Amino acid sequence: MVLQLSDVTVRYGDTVAVDDVSLELETGQVLAVLGPSGCGKSTLLRAVAGLEPLSGGSISWDGADLAGVPTHKRGFALMFQDGQLFAHLSVARNVAYALRLRRVPSARVASRLRELLALVGLEGYDDRLPGTLSGGERQRVALARALAVEPRLILLDEPLSALDATLRERLATDLRSILHAAGTTALLVTHDHEEAFALADRLAVMRGGRVVQDGAIDEVWRAPVDEDTALFLGYARVVRDDAAVAVLAVAGLPPAPAVALRRSALVVSGSDGIEARVDSARVTPEQVRLVVDAAGIGTLDAVAPLGSRVAPGDEVTLRVDVTRLAVLPITARP
Amino acid sequence: MRRIAALLLLAAGPVLVLGVLFVLPVTGMVSEGFVVDGRFAPGEVLEVLARPRVHRVAWFTVWSSAVATLVAVVLGLPAAYALHRLALPGRAAVRAAMLVPFVLPTVVVGVAFRQLLGEGGPLGFLGLDGTPVAIICGLVFFNVAVVIRTVGVAWESLDPRPGQAAAALGASPWQVLRTVTLPALRPAIVGAASVVFLFCATAFGIVLTLGGVRHATVETEIYLLTTTIFDLRAASALSVLQIVVVVGLLALAARLRAVPDPTAQRTVTPPRAVRRADVPVVVATTLVLLAVLLPILTLVVGSLSVGDGWGLANYRALTTPGDDQVLLVPVTSALATSLRTAVDATWMSLLLGVMVATIVTRRSHSVAERRVRSTLDGFFMLPLGVSAVTLGFGFLITLDHPPLDLRDSPLLVPMAQALVALPLVVRTLTPVLGGIDDRQRQAAASLGASPLRTLLTVDVPVVWKPMLAASGFAFAASLGEFGATSFLARDTSPTLPVVIFRLIGHPGEMNYGMALAASVVLAVTTAVVMLAVERLRVPGVGAF
Repeated sequence: MVLQLSDVTVRYGDTVAVDDVSLELETGQVLAVLGPSGCGKSTLLRAVAGLEPLSGGSISWDGADLAGVPTHKRGFALMFQDGQLFAHLSVARNVAYALRLRRVPSARVASRLRELLALVGLEGYDDRLPGTLSGGERQRVALARALAVEPRLILLDEPLSALDATLRERLATDLRSILHAAGTTALLVTHDHEEAFALADRLAVMRGGRVVQDGAIDEVWRAPVDEDTALFLGYARVVRDDAAVAVLAVAGLPPAPAVALRRSALVVSGSDGIEARVDSARVTPEQVRLVVDAAGIGTLDAVAPLGSRVAPGDEVTLRVDVTRLAVLPITARP
Repeated sequence: MRRIAALLLLAAGPVLVLGVLFVLPVTGMVSEGFVVDGRFAPGEVLEVLARPRVHRVAWFTVWSSAVATLVAVVLGLPAAYALHRLALPGRAAVRAAMLVPFVLPTVVVGVAFRQLLGEGGPLGFLGLDGTPVAIICGLVFFNVAVVIRTVGVAWESLDPRPGQAAAALGASPWQVLRTVTLPALRPAIVGAASVVFLFCATAFGIVLTLGGVRHATVETEIYLLTTTIFDLRAASALSVLQIVVVVGLLALAARLRAVPDPTAQRTVTPPRAVRRADVPVVVATTLVLLAVLLPILTLVVGSLSVGDGWGLANYRALTTPGDDQVLLVPVTSALATSLRTAVDATWMSLLLGVMVATIVTRRSHSVAERRVRSTLDGFFMLPLGVSAVTLGFGFLITLDHPPLDLRDSPLLVPMAQALVALPLVVRTLTPVLGGIDDRQRQAAASLGASPLRTLLTVDVPVVWKPMLAASGFAFAASLGEFGATSFLARDTSPTLPVVIFRLIGHPGEMNYGMALAASVVLAVTTAVVMLAVERLRVPGVGAF
């Protein structure tokens, strides 16, 4: 275990931004802290960076408490949401910033610079100024700058959310392979579950300043701890009580008080399953998205394969995909 | 075409006023130098500029201003940081105190420094009275507030995240300052420095009271040549030189000054708690504060000392015309004149300033309209480039004979002061008016608001506070105005700064004590006005 947060609390006056958070992170892992805006995740990241004083608890690295270690001596590179490139410095100067601070010989700087720009796919951008770059290019430069001195830990604050959708997808893949290629330990905070899934190995879900669930990303994904977590992780709908029992029965699972369903958990099929009437149908590039009204269950989301002719008012039969639902342990909404 | 015609109609008033009260006097003054017996003769001007004394004066102006600027920047930076970024106790009060010197009438600053450095003053043992060092101290005292204000406001709204990113990359606080913060502040620092240099190079009251004839700058030399040597040709030659240099400097300053985007939301970083590493900065700030307070305290103490004891005799004497009847009127009636004049100057400059600001900030709809607008914009900024002394001198020689004989008009002095205050008013109003998104007005109009209703809904709520602030500025500037007024005020109705200057120029302990007391009265009046302006909290006011 490398980074350890024990009972970390950060207060701003009377408001508690981070409340008693404990997390661990191993070398080479990428941990995503996922939560809605205002949940305290950015404050947590800044606390790890040494930019927010703790009101309680401790943060340690390799067993050594970091209290009293200033930001610049922690060796954690911080990458901001919007990159925060130094506008008055060229790309090369930005990337080599930390190297120059450490008085690395210029020949070494030059070769490392080439290496880093190749890593982020920006060869030949050396003399460009940040103002002339696109959003994605700026994020790449920020990443190269953060990686330059091989930080012990890289802290990423919503690294992709300032970008548009297509760019985000492309850069997410790149970012993951760059982090893995560099073997960097990383802590990422985001409100976007796609971003978390694209980059992280482990996931901690944060709400109201507290970590409500953490674990390997597929575990959290498969077994969200409660309804809000499920919805935040991208489950489309949670059904309860009798409706939950009915859906689980069709899936061949034992009864449970609540179940979270992905949009694609219910698929239109010929064989027997849940009988429902189509309320609306919308074609997307991948499939036809339906909202249906199932007898004794209520409104549900479902999908049909592209090309199927389903119109509002039609009666359909739905089969349940067990890999796309999560049985929830509790029913009460927090 | 209709829009341009309307624009020109709106501009006609200010253009006419500026034409008569500014262009006419200044060209009159220039032609005084270039035209001899009705012939164009530039040789005379060149002859004046070749005089050794003129060289000495010009060189002294340049180096004393440069040194004063440098010192003001060096002293101002730590104070700007401490007062705008750290949560110091009593921060607001210290910030207000630091602003006081800049709003003090220049004559008062001069008197305070003479009291401080002169024989028997607290720092009299240094023997600095009447030396260039004293002048530089006075200039720094007057201008350090400009650096603190301008750089402080920029520092306050500086995004802290690039610095944090640098720290996370391993930069120590000092390295963050050097590689990230100072480069980001450079426009503000360079802007402040160029404005301070301009103020120093055209300073009049401070230099005249502290330097007299011995250490003259171009500005005071023009005054001395006109009023004591009556060499109008030489004065006019120096004025031309000054106009050329100042306009050049202004153009440079305008290019260097970062123009903030008025539509951008200004975020203010909350101040952070003081850490141990901040101790040197806090100590430096405290020293600057003491250096600012010392002359003011000396002035107040001096005004209260009578013979061997203390008392209000100096203040009571303000109702008299002084020892040996130095003055034709008692000081109190000069104060009344000052206040009356300031009221007149304020409404004039405000009226003119609102018109000018409206004209230059409205969005242009065609290329031709934009050209007309930017030409007008440049024209209205002209008074900024001409020193008060030149203006006063110009008034003196052009507006004293038919068709425009204003020599005896009680409005002559207010008019000159209004022109001196005009750039201040325009500078305060333009960013505010320019910051109003025109679509707000369009939205109001599309919802059925008449032009007047639109003005009331959109413009007035945003502008009334800056307008009040601008009036305060104009009032304070007029109260302390000395350059132009020293030429124009009649002996029978002088303003307070003119009276103070006369009093310190004449021997007699009573006269000197009265000068100190009158300085305190003038300083308090101005400071009260400026504190009221400060309470309006108009963003960016006082930052250049």
